[in-house]
Amino acid sequence: MIGAITALLVCQLAGEVAVRALPLPVPGPVIGMVILFGALLARRRPAPEALGGTADGLLANLGLLFVPAGVGVVLFLPVLARDWAPLSLAVLAGTLAAIAATGRVAQALLPKEALLPKEAPLPRDDP
Amino acid sequence: MTPLAEIWVYLAQEPLAALTATLLAWLAALRIHAWSGRHPLANPVLIAVALLAGGLLAAGIDYRAYFSGAQFVHFLLGPATVALAVPLYRQFALVRRSALAATASIVLGGAFAALAGIGIALALGAAPEVVASLAPRSVTTPVAMGIAERIGGLPSLTAVVVILSGIVGAALGPVVLDWAGVRDWRARGIAIGTASHGTGTARALSVNATAGAFSGLAMGLNALATALLLPLLWGFFAG
Repeated sequence: MIGAITALLVCQLAGEVAVRALPLPVPGPVIGMVILFGALLARRRPAPEALGGTADGLLANLGLLFVPAGVGVVLFLPVLARDWAPLSLAVLAGTLAAIAATGRVAQALLPKEALLPKEAPLPRDDP
Repeated sequence: MTPLAEIWVYLAQEPLAALTATLLAWLAALRIHAWSGRHPLANPVLIAVALLAGGLLAAGIDYRAYFSGAQFVHFLLGPATVALAVPLYRQFALVRRSALAATASIVLGGAFAALAGIGIALALGAAPEVVASLAPRSVTTPVAMGIAERIGGLPSLTAVVVILSGIVGAALGPVVLDWAGVRDWRARGIAIGTASHGTGTARALSVNATAGAFSGLAMGLNALATALLLPLLWGFFAG
């Protein structure tokens, strides 16, 4: 586990150094993610068990990690009060339009899958 | 000073109390989420943020004092972002055959999602930092916050709009896809994962395994594509 955590931190550190040295306008951890993804692709084997377990453990509680930053909205209550209309419309209409557009594009671009039944049942939304 | 006031000063300033409160709020939020039958509207992040923000406002505690403790949790966002490479790699192996068409759809969809948010916010006259906070809305929260910071947005506001976008996509996405006539499970997964990241992916996984795999891939690739392209384009148009 310590090995896996070290691997994650090494990738993050390399990413942070890279964005400052080059300089790239990209968050350092994202470059760290690219480095790790590239390393996994280069190995051409399933992800190491210890790394997989540590990543799963960290990502299973990903939501918790946003909480401290999310609480920071208390600093921006005046902004929320002023711009609630563009915020809510962009979130609602923007997201739904993006889902419809992406779905149509993907359906047009993807090669037809012979295995799929012609009339795939529509998903029920209830859990 | 009375002992009670001394205790209060300790609790309001030491990192231990803020860290403990964050974990307690998270556990309470998970309980409420489970009670609701894991309903997308009862999102645990949103509940925990509301509990803690309400607590800070009610007790008159400064956010910076709270963050001095909560930063130990916040620090893990970086390693967790790097760790996203592992599920991305697993999904990539699963969907390798349709990888090219999937990648093209995800990049186009991600660009559309960002532009739709920017366009709506600009049209309604939002402040520049609000537009910048909305731009990375469809990307998974840790990456979106990093992008917002880079382009002059407010990472905290971004965290909230990202989570809300995930909830909207998870709750209403399937209805919109039915309406748009998207019946291919792979395309449905790509649409949900591109526009509403992890929250949508969790929903897609609970409905159909193929949709879930493509949704996971879309979440990872869109995070990557938006993080690489949005700051560059933003600098080009705004600078």
